[in-house]
This record gives sequence, C-alpha cells and structure tokens, in this order.
Amino acid sequence: MTHSDSQQVDSALPASSIETSLEKAPMLEMCGITKRFPGVLANDNVSFDVRAGEVHTLLGENGAGKSTLMKILYGLYQPDEGELRLHGKPLRLRSPLDAISHRIGMIHQHFMLVPTLTVAENVALGLPSQRGPLTDLKRVSRRVNELSDLYGLQVDPAAFVWQLAVGERQRVEIIKALYRDVQLLVLDEPTAVLTPQEVDDFFTILHEMKRDGRGLIFISHKLQEVMDLSDRVTVLRHGRVEATTTPAQTTRNDLAALMVGRQLDSATRGNRASLTSETPEVFSVNGLRVAGDRGVDALKSIDLQVHAGEILGIAGVSGNGQRELAEAVTGLRPILAGDVLVDGSAITGMTPKKIREAGLSFVPEERMRDGAIGDFSVADNMVLHNHTESQFSSAGFLDFAAIKTHCSKLVQDFNVKTPDLDTPTKNLSGGNIQKLIMARELASNPRVLIAAQPTRGVDIGAAEYIHQRLLEQRDSGTAIMVISEDLDEVMALADRIAVICEGEIMGVLDAGNATREQIGLMMAGVSDAANSQRA
Amino acid sequence: MPRSLIVILIPVFSVAAALLLGAIMLLMLGANPISGFATMLSAAFGSLDGFSATLIKSIPLMLVGVGICIAFRANVINIGGEGQMVLGGLFSTMAALALPGLPPLLLVPVVLLAGIVGGALWGAIPGALKAYFNVSEILSTIMLNIVAVQLMNFLLRGPLIDPGEIERGTRIPQTARLPENSDLPMLVDRLNFHSGILIALAAAICAWVLLWRTGLGFRLRSVGLNPDAARYAGIPVKRSIVIAMMLSGAMSGLAGAILVFGSESHRMVTDGSTMGFTGSAGFNGIVVALFGALHPLWTIPSSILFGGMLIGANSLQRVAQVPSALIIALNGLIVIFVVSTEWHRKRLQAESKVVNEDVVDK
Ligand SMILES: Nc1ncnc2c1ncn2[C@@H]1O[C@H](COP(=O)(O)OP(=O)(O)OP(=O)(O)O)[C@@H](O)[C@H]1O
Ligand SMILES: [Mg+2]
Repeated sequence: MTHSDSQQVDSALPASSIETSLEKAPMLEMCGITKRFPGVLANDNVSFDVRAGEVHTLLGENGAGKSTLMKILYGLYQPDEGELRLHGKPLRLRSPLDAISHRIGMIHQHFMLVPTLTVAENVALGLPSQRGPLTDLKRVSRRVNELSDLYGLQVDPAAFVWQLAVGERQRVEIIKALYRDVQLLVLDEPTAVLTPQEVDDFFTILHEMKRDGRGLIFISHKLQEVMDLSDRVTVLRHGRVEATTTPAQTTRNDLAALMVGRQLDSATRGNRASLTSETPEVFSVNGLRVAGDRGVDALKSIDLQVHAGEILGIAGVSGNGQRELAEAVTGLRPILAGDVLVDGSAITGMTPKKIREAGLSFVPEERMRDGAIGDFSVADNMVLHNHTESQFSSAGFLDFAAIKTHCSKLVQDFNVKTPDLDTPTKNLSGGNIQKLIMARELASNPRVLIAAQPTRGVDIGAAEYIHQRLLEQRDSGTAIMVISEDLDEVMALADRIAVICEGEIMGVLDAGNATREQIGLMMAGVSDAANSQRA
Repeated sequence: MPRSLIVILIPVFSVAAALLLGAIMLLMLGANPISGFATMLSAAFGSLDGFSATLIKSIPLMLVGVGICIAFRANVINIGGEGQMVLGGLFSTMAALALPGLPPLLLVPVVLLAGIVGGALWGAIPGALKAYFNVSEILSTIMLNIVAVQLMNFLLRGPLIDPGEIERGTRIPQTARLPENSDLPMLVDRLNFHSGILIALAAAICAWVLLWRTGLGFRLRSVGLNPDAARYAGIPVKRSIVIAMMLSGAMSGLAGAILVFGSESHRMVTDGSTMGFTGSAGFNGIVVALFGALHPLWTIPSSILFGGMLIGANSLQRVAQVPSALIIALNGLIVIFVVSTEWHRKRLQAESKVVNEDVVDK
C-alpha cells in the first residue's frame, strides 16, 4: 500500500524535474517537534523539511539534538509534541518498521550491522524474502553487485562484516538503503569515518541519489563538506532551530558562529615540539608483524619511534593496518613478530592491564564497541580501567563517593554534556561519549597515549578543545601517537608524520615541511615521495 | 514513576494470567478452581506449619536462583544447578564423614564450605571450557549434570554407603546418619524449621552487594554487558567468566549441602536420579531467577512464592486428586508469560531508550 502511494517520487524522475525540485512542495515535513528526556530538552519546537532531490544538512554542536530529531523521523522515538507529514499527509511512525515501509532509511552514527553475518545477509536482514521463510541470498548478492556497479561502491557481498574496515561498513549501510530503494535517507555523520578520497566517492554517490529524486538529510561536523554538498542548511542549537539558510547565503565562519552562539577564534595550532637529539625515545615498535582478520598480515614488519613530548601522526587511508597497529600495541591483538617498547622495556605480548600499568593509554577508534559500556553510568565508565586503584576501592569494595568526585571533575574539565553522573552512557550524544573517553584516558597522565580518530564525530568547538588537550599533554612530556584518517587533523597536530599503506610505513616526514601532495602520494603507496623530500 | 510500576506489574500480571489458565485446566479436570486455589493458598501460607514448609522449600530455589543471577550478569547461562547441587551435597557429606569429631560450631561451617567448594568446582569446569575453549556453557552444564548423578550413584552405592546397609544386606544407596554435630541449627524444633533460610537470605544479600558494590561485581557486569570494552579496559574477561560460573556453582553447592544437613534423615540418599535429591531445584531456580527479573533481591520473594506453589500443589493433589503435574504446567505458563511480557515492557521502554546500535555487535 505504502509503496503505491509513494510511486509519485519513484526513482526514475525525468531529468528536467531536477531544477524545479527545489521549488516543489516538501517531501517530508517535521512540524513543531518537541522531545524531552529526563533532564534534557533535546528538541524544542523544531520545524524541518526535506524536498525530493535535495540535500538538507543539519548542523549543530554535540548534544544539539540532531540524532534525536532523526531518530524521531525513523520511528525510534515518539515526539512529545508536533507531527510528521509525508507528501502533505500526516505520518505516524510507531517503529523503524513503519519508517522502512514508507521508504525512509537511516544510516546511524554508530553502524547497525551484525558483524557475524555477511554483507548480503546484513542487507537481507529484516526484509521479506521472495522465497518465504527461506532466505534468498543469491538474489540478494546479485542485486548488491548490481547496485555497487551502478553507484560505484565496492563491496563483496560474501565478506563478513567483522572483517570490514569502517569505511567499508559505511558502504554496506548505503547499499542496504539503496537495496530498500529509500525515497528519503538520513545520514547521521556518515563522513566522520571516511578518508578524504572516500568522502569524494561518497559525495558522488550522494549526487547520484539526488539525481534519482531522493531526499537526503545530512549530518556532519565538517563545515567544508557541508558547504560543498548541501542545498540547504539548518542549524540547531540547544535543541532549537537557530537558522535555515543555503551555502550561497552564508560562510563557514557564520555557520560555526550560529552553531556555538559566538564567533570562534580561527584555529590556532600550538608550536611544534622542540626536540633535540637528547630527547628520550619513550615509545617504539621494532619489526612489528601482526595478522589481520582476513589471514594476510595487516602489518609487515614496521618500525616507529615516538619521543617524549612529541606527537607522531599516522596518516593513511582507512584499512591499511592502522586499527591493527593500535590493537597490537595495546595488547588486544596477538603480535606475530617484533617488539613494542615503553621506556626501553618490552611490553610485547603483555595483557592489556599490564600494558596500561606500564603507562600506556588508548583512545580506541570504535568508541561504542571498545571505549565505553553503553549500559554503565557515566561515572562507571570513567573508572572502567582503574576502579581497582586504592583511591576508588578499598578491600574490594568500590568507593562510589570518591568515584563520583573524580568523575564530576573530569566531566567538568572536558565539558562532557550529561544530565548527571548516573545517566547511562548510551544516552549521551556521540561527541560527548568521545569526550568522556578522552577525559578518562588523559586523566592518568600517561607516558604514552595512542589516540585513534580522537575527534571523530566531535563538533568543531570540542575538536579544538581536544586538540588543545593533546598538545598540552604532549608539552607535559607524553609520547603521543595520533592515528587519524583526517589529514588536516594529522597536519595540525603532529610533529612528525608517518604514512602507512598496506601495512607498511611508506616514510616518516617532518610535519613542518610536509605537503598534502607528498602525503597523498605516499598514502597511495608511492614511497619515493619521502626520499625525494629528504634529499 | 510509571516505568517502575510497569516493572512491578509484569510479574503480577503474568502470575494472574497463568493462574487463569490454571483455573481452566482445573475446570477441565473436573475440580473447582476457586476451592482448588484456596486449598493451595492455605496449605502454603495459611498456617505456621505450612509457611515453614514453604520457606524450607524455597531455600534451594533461592540459592540456585541467586547463582543464576550472578552468572547471568556476566552473560553466562548456568543450566548446571542440578549437578552443582549434587556435588555440593557429596562434598559436604564427605567432609562431615571425614571430620565427625569437630564441635558443631566448627563442623557446620566446614560442611557448608565443603558444599560451596563442590558446587564451585562443578561450575568452574564449564566456565573454563567456555572462557578458554569456547564451549557453550549450556551444553557443558547439562552434560555435567549427568556426570554428577553418575558420580553420586557410584559414591552412595560404594565408597560412601552406610556400613549398616551392607551388614543388613539391604544395600539402600545412602550414607550413614551424619554426625549430629553437623546438623543445621534449628530455629523452630517442632517444625524442623532450620537455619538454612537465614543462610539463603544472607547469600542473596551478599550477591547483591557483590554485584553492585564491589570491584569484582563491577568487572563481572562489565564483561556481561560489553566484553570488548571490558577487555580494552584491561579487565580479564576469561577469568571473569570462570569466576562468575564458580560463584554461581557455589550457590547451588551450598543449596545441596543445606538439603543434606537440613533433611530430617540427616543423610544423603539417592533414588538414582538428580531430581530425587534436588527436587529439581536446580532447574526451578532458573524460573525463580527469571521471575525475580534476574535480580538477587527480587529472587527472595520469587523463591518464596514458588516454594509456596510447590507446597500448595502437593496438598491440592491430596485434596482435589489433581495431578501435581498441573503445577509443573503452571510453572511453565508463568515462565512463558514473564518472558513474553518482558518483551512488551521492552517495547514500552523503547521510546525513552536509545537504541544502542552496538547491541547488535554482541
Ligand atoms: N535516550 C536518551 N535518554 C536521555 N537523554 C538523551 C537520550 N538521547 C539523547 N539524549 C540527550 O539529548 C541531547 C541531544 O542528543 P543527540 O544525540 O540528539 O545529540 P546530537 O546533536 O546528535 O550530538 P552529536 O553531534 O554529539 O552526535 C543530549 O543532551 C543527549 O544527552
Ligand atoms: Mg548524534
């Protein structure tokens, strides 16, 4: 039934309608939406609409209410006030199933894939099969291949999701939406996990989808992308609509100011670390060889050194061994050969606990999977790794008063937005969970810090703040390794930049005189770039 | 708070629904449901004698149920309560037979401790198999139940048999009367109402304290909720799984010991089956725990209710000539209702809950 009344915006709109589509009546309207959570007014009388064939961006700080609004649109939450309209008709969504049946799709900030299933199985999950109770994976696989050819998305339908890098999982999510032939797709921070190259490809796909006459809602903290991609931009602040505008009528700085409610200082970066030949080497890996999930070596004998008070940036395209590097040195993944040293003594093959005790902290890439326990309170997550320390526990009993005091200080220091310390961590917005983890990992004043994607999904204000803290930590003598797919971030933070490609270090550059082009070449596997620079 | 109200109303609703179906079954069996339920109620809770019998019945249910709660919090499912109870009974019996000379003040704790050790051992095996060899604990615990009953039959027919049985040639598979010093102290002598209930209550409270007030409980829960994050934070995930199963087994082992030393015959007897010794408490404890929302404190009233149902069922069988299998059916109905209403509750709560995307990761 729903299918037939949505035929009017079917995928094959004539090309001439593209120009006129912006003038058309909105495909979907959200009118006066209000949503309260205990202690939080997440959405306050928000009105928002999307037209067929446009990208409408939602912009706002961490916790501004973007994901909440989109979850209402996807039937995950019911609004306290306000209503939805699809093609002018009131729409009531009791669950995501309702949304799916109206061909509304959502790619969540944290992916919703089942890692133990294959790509094709994930795509088919929850959809009726042509073969009744039996799944029809052959057909699904064929269609997945068709779609990936059509839109230029490379995905192997037979691969298991747990084997995929984040960027690849993203593509699976898009395939899933295309497979369901959505007319409206919500993309909650889809580019947070993509490399610049992947972002370009991704935007091509989005343009393709726009041309099909689909409506797209885009959420991102990266203002340049927003300016490039959007037809319209709506800024949310503290749950209220601050403004709706178009890229032509505004500037990056104006958008930033609208988001945070004040003019931001243009990003200043700290001076580089002053290293001398005497600066001790605090962290090093020698000849590190690590197996990947798919059997081949993810790291082929790599060497890296980080000095006290230095940030070593690891640049590279996602899936080239970064995750394995972080997991291996933190004891989460077996090491096939080589050594990892902290202050000259080997931590190779130690348990994660012993490695932490040796002074190494780790901000993991997948914050919801590894970094925090969603059902634990904010306070509990703050002491996940060190609740056994005597300041928090005596004779095996936890000292909740001490934990709370410690936690509330960190929450304040890092400006983590939470109603209180007992709130389940999964209720925080994505960026605030990241701040929580960052606060926890820096609290112990580590000798070595491994930070993977430290500002992924974090708003510009908070990203600036996290960068500031990383630089401070560096200046206090910590050896820091920042693994990031965001080249701007690496270039802004690092003192030296190691470029990784296919499990090998293509070269290490001095950040002071490295150029984007050089790094880009090395990321693509050209190792001469480094040599020619050195010469 | 409407939400907490819902949580309380669920068990009430599911009991009511189960009773309604039970009433229909009684009607079909030709008995008057109203008077049938009245009989059950008065037998279980209507008199001091009845209530004491109910409480005694609830002891092993409570202990096993508390053990289930602990394992569940670490995301381990312990179906091995039966076997762990048997081992607890055997270990405590052997301890009592080995140390008959100890004074009660020492011997009672020693035998209880022996029961705890026996159950913990029997829980540790599937725990270790799961943690280190990825063997499903559901299978291994069930298989160990079978091993336990064979071990019990072997020991009670051979090494542990009452020498008197051999002399008389009757060879009933049971131990001699265990030393009087090991008898559980009585609270009310006339009713044979022993102190086991206090031990079970203390165990439930300890389990709650353990889970929500200690570092160990913190680790067990973190492993249960998100093993990846626990591992990342340096929590020994495998060891925690073993510990959770050991604690769970220890509770069942204690239940087994109390069954032996609180029994009127003060000896361990076998009829060849686990059920003959445990009265199926190892399985019913799972129902009790589920009914108590897998919370050690809610397990207390839940076990008393189920103990009462079992006592009431016996008398219903006597008075109304209804097969006591009806009660087993009622048990099953309640489980089905609890589980399905649980689903409704989740739905109701879904609104105010972030769908935790990474739930699917597990
Ligand atoms: N289920 C919930 N229960 C309680 N509070 C919630 C819940 N979901 C969201 N919140 C709160 O509502 C506010 C808005 O959260 P939301 O996730 O929509 O932010 P966001 O704009 O998506 O932020 P980010 O950029 O960090 O992802 C936050 O303060 C958050 O803590
Ligand atoms: Mg969000």
